[in-house]
Amino acid sequence: MNTIGSTINRRPPHTLLSRLRSGRLAGYWMILPLFVLLIGLVAYPFVYSIYISFENKAETNFVGLENYKRLLDYSTFWLVVGNSFRFTFIAVFFKATLGILLALILNNLPLGGQRFWRGVCLIPWVMPLSMSCLAWWWIFDPTHSALNWVLVQLGFTPKPWLSTPFWARFSTILTDIWYGTPFFMIMYLAGLKSIPESLYEAAQIDGAHALQCFRYVTLPMLSKLIAITMMFSTITTFSNFDIVMILTRGGPRYTTHLLGTYAFNIGIEGYHLPLGSAIALFLFPVLAITAFFVLRNIARGEE
Amino acid sequence: MIISLAKRKKIKMTLLYCLLIPFLVFFMFPLYWMFITSFKTNVEIASLKGIPLIIQSKPTLAHYKMILFKTRFLIWFKNSFVIAGLVTVLTMVISILAAYAISRLKFFGSRYFSVGVFYTYLVPPALLFIPFYKVVGELGLLNTKWCLLLLYPTLTVPFCTWLLIGYFATIPRSLEDAAFVDGATYTQMLWKVFLPVAAPGIIAATMFAFTLSWHQFLYPLAYIYSEEEMMLTTGVYSALIRGDVYFWGELMGGALLASIPVVVLFAFLMDYYIAGLTKGAIK
Repeated sequence: MNTIGSTINRRPPHTLLSRLRSGRLAGYWMILPLFVLLIGLVAYPFVYSIYISFENKAETNFVGLENYKRLLDYSTFWLVVGNSFRFTFIAVFFKATLGILLALILNNLPLGGQRFWRGVCLIPWVMPLSMSCLAWWWIFDPTHSALNWVLVQLGFTPKPWLSTPFWARFSTILTDIWYGTPFFMIMYLAGLKSIPESLYEAAQIDGAHALQCFRYVTLPMLSKLIAITMMFSTITTFSNFDIVMILTRGGPRYTTHLLGTYAFNIGIEGYHLPLGSAIALFLFPVLAITAFFVLRNIARGEE
Repeated sequence: MIISLAKRKKIKMTLLYCLLIPFLVFFMFPLYWMFITSFKTNVEIASLKGIPLIIQSKPTLAHYKMILFKTRFLIWFKNSFVIAGLVTVLTMVISILAAYAISRLKFFGSRYFSVGVFYTYLVPPALLFIPFYKVVGELGLLNTKWCLLLLYPTLTVPFCTWLLIGYFATIPRSLEDAAFVDGATYTQMLWKVFLPVAAPGIIAATMFAFTLSWHQFLYPLAYIYSEEEMMLTTGVYSALIRGDVYFWGELMGGALLASIPVVVLFAFLMDYYIAGLTKGAIK
């Protein structure tokens, strides 16, 4: 493309300064800080973490794949891998479902109310997650808390929210649904706004009722956005740290640990950095594959 | 069925609000629970009588007095503010320059850069905190808040750059060309034409840089141990939980106070935030 801007850019006298300022070289200067950051603080640490994961606990000797072998033989590790996938699948599923439901509700409200309630519904996402987890921790308190009190009033038995494997998993997933649903809602709401009204009118003329409109107009129009949002959420949910760290610290008996919290437990709290590093690196394949698909989806949208 | 249009609309609205209420209760309850707990007396918190959902005895400010004057809360607040503020400035400088270069100046490799930015934007803190532990240690920054100045940009810069690349792409190029035709220099064009037009995107990116830094929990938890250097999130978490005795009143008050700045920021600039969030993810 030969725009007017670029031709004029080349016109100033060829002093070194003007060269640096304009055109190609300027691009390199402007991107340099980002480049340094990405290489020095993302790429280098990543390679470094692979290097660390080949060392022994004291970090004095190379032990090759010993840490990985140890992990693969370790039943706790597989328990944690299972936890991570379970946590992610269940949480993402409910966040996506509740998110679309909420987006549809909000989208049908009159504009003034919609703006306000949309803001209110986004608060769980805006608050620092670690701080709201403290509130959830207190909500899940077995004896003094509101949740069991309400259950008892309704005639149910109180639940051991954080102390049995089932309920601890339930509680951590519930907290993540609380935190993540607003993100889905806001994405879907933006998507709903972009569907042209004429499509719905055409469907109505053809005699489609509300549910059919949703099934044959809304869903197909949103399908790509739904996929992208779920993939984004998969990445953040799979690597979640705050919720489990604060609510259960991985307990009872490792049944709620996720890869991130387990790596912290072994690497930082247990002073075994190499093994912790190996654990954290198991996040990578899932993240990379998901990121690849997100990018492919986004790139397709540009064409 | 003979139901007037107005009536039908009324039924629809009632139904919608009925569906909305469970969501609102779910979303707001933790906030409400923090709020009322922080004003309850310790006796009431520990008591098993009555209704826990409301404050039954006289509300007390004792927990807030304790947080503000007997803990290092104000130091944590200052730490969080200084770090998040500096990181935001640093992030915006790096991101604006990089996003402009990637979206406007076609140079060799610019396309790869935008892909690279996108991938790093998806790198979560949980992946790199162990090598960072070593890096921070080798730089002698372990147990100081300054290490975060180095680490937070790894989260904020890719996100903000990605958001701004998308935003800059929506600004017509003819605007810049017109400025050049009018005889503006490169710098003038950037400051007087481009940045003002890009302001909404820049405001959104600034907010994200600040909130992302304010929210972070893993890095300060992993690298900072002395209370003097802690951030708000880790300070409230580590210092207010002592042994088996939980100071729920202080803990809830502290968590609430730590959440307020970002929620207020959001309340004022909600539209920019939402536009940025949806744009940042989709394109």
